[in-house]
Amino acid sequence: MVILNLMIWQRRLMLKNRIIPCLDVKNGRVVKGINFVELKDAGDPVEQAKIYSDGGADEICFLDITASNENRDTIIDIVRKTAKECFVPLTVGGGVRSIQNITDLLLAGADKVSINTAAVKNIDFVKEASRKFGSQCIVVAIDAKKVLENKWEVFTHGGRNKTGINAVEFAKQVETNGAGEILLTSMDKDGTRSGYDVDLIKAITDNTNIPVIASGGVGTLDHLYDGIVKGGASAVLAASIFHYGEYKIKDAKEYLNSKNVSVRL
Amino acid sequence: MKVTIVDYQSGNISSVINSFTEVAKGKVNLEVTSNVNKIKSSDKIVLPGQGSFKSCVDSLNNINGLIDTLKEFAITKKKPLLGICVGLQMFADVGYEEVETEGLGWISGKVTKIDNQNGKFKLPHIGWNEIEIQKESKIFKDIKNKSHMYFVHSYEFVPDDRSVILATTDYSTKIVCSVEKENLFGTQFHPEKSDKTGLKIIENFIKL
Repeated sequence: MVILNLMIWQRRLMLKNRIIPCLDVKNGRVVKGINFVELKDAGDPVEQAKIYSDGGADEICFLDITASNENRDTIIDIVRKTAKECFVPLTVGGGVRSIQNITDLLLAGADKVSINTAAVKNIDFVKEASRKFGSQCIVVAIDAKKVLENKWEVFTHGGRNKTGINAVEFAKQVETNGAGEILLTSMDKDGTRSGYDVDLIKAITDNTNIPVIASGGVGTLDHLYDGIVKGGASAVLAASIFHYGEYKIKDAKEYLNSKNVSVRL
Repeated sequence: MKVTIVDYQSGNISSVINSFTEVAKGKVNLEVTSNVNKIKSSDKIVLPGQGSFKSCVDSLNNINGLIDTLKEFAITKKKPLLGICVGLQMFADVGYEEVETEGLGWISGKVTKIDNQNGKFKLPHIGWNEIEIQKESKIFKDIKNKSHMYFVHSYEFVPDDRSVILATTDYSTKIVCSVEKENLFGTQFHPEKSDKTGLKIIENFIKL
């Protein structure tokens, strides 16, 4: 019944559910590259972002997994070049820990920044950043792991560090402190290709009133459907199903559309 | 022709600069400035806006003579001006984000929070939504009805005179997402982030 209601709701909703491909960048190169034949250089993030944007991606996300201060100029240069060619929103995350980091990324052409560890360490940073730059460009990335039935805990440093913080409580807190969106990754599911942790997504979307981007575990197009319809996510982020050329953004959108999920075609 | 993007130190305007640069490519002289003399000598002005209504109005006020210069350009000389997002919202008499704040008063009306029907609709209204074109406009030349545009906002402009409305979008209610009054144009959505369709609107404005 709930699913049926959601389906009717989806049909009515004019605001489209977003499909966001995510590119992991290390030392200026894409780590999990796209396997498309038309690529000249499989490691070039700018070229890959352009392919996604031309292919109908609703937003592009870069995750800088170098995340060391010495290499910040590299990601900034990539953002600058990408922003000159892609005219859809661009989100950049990884190692964002100061107002200066955000300023640099926004000036280079990012539209949003995603804050992870720094938000957990100090929630006031989220408040300060959203006051200064506006909620519209502050995304808080929450990495969560299941600890008990219906209980998830926040992890930092790419899932290595346990914090003891309840993920649902933390999500409410980031909303109160001005985050415009939550990028929610299940550490249990990330990289497994076995589907999103739908219960986690639902727990967060039920308890917050800002858009949630679901991440971690997508292996099939049906998983995208689950994230939106069963989890209530406003956007779905995926990496490997697009990178390895199994599916194009267009395939994902056509599939979702065929199942009455509203997308931008 | 000289098109000026007003840089009044409020929010991130890189994307506006990038998209106008892409469209202008060698055809138009594009300036990004808050210098009032340069604004005076422009043919067209783009007024972007990010952050809250109050912070944008405050930032305009912080630059000596800027509001008067914009007013002379848009109201006295009636030269084309495009407001984007909060840039459009500031056309209103008053805004209610944070605290009640006086706007530019160029198109009478107010800026209020989107009615999210007690949490039924998430705010901010973020993402791609369809626009419903209400009347013809030069800035919508070759833009199909129900095209998708990219939105990020929690507040909406409610004009007193409904005849200024060019387009609406459906999110909780019919939100006004584009207006035109004589030489004044505004979009609540971000043409600079709305892919090829958005770039077309920018081109239409430049070609006015």
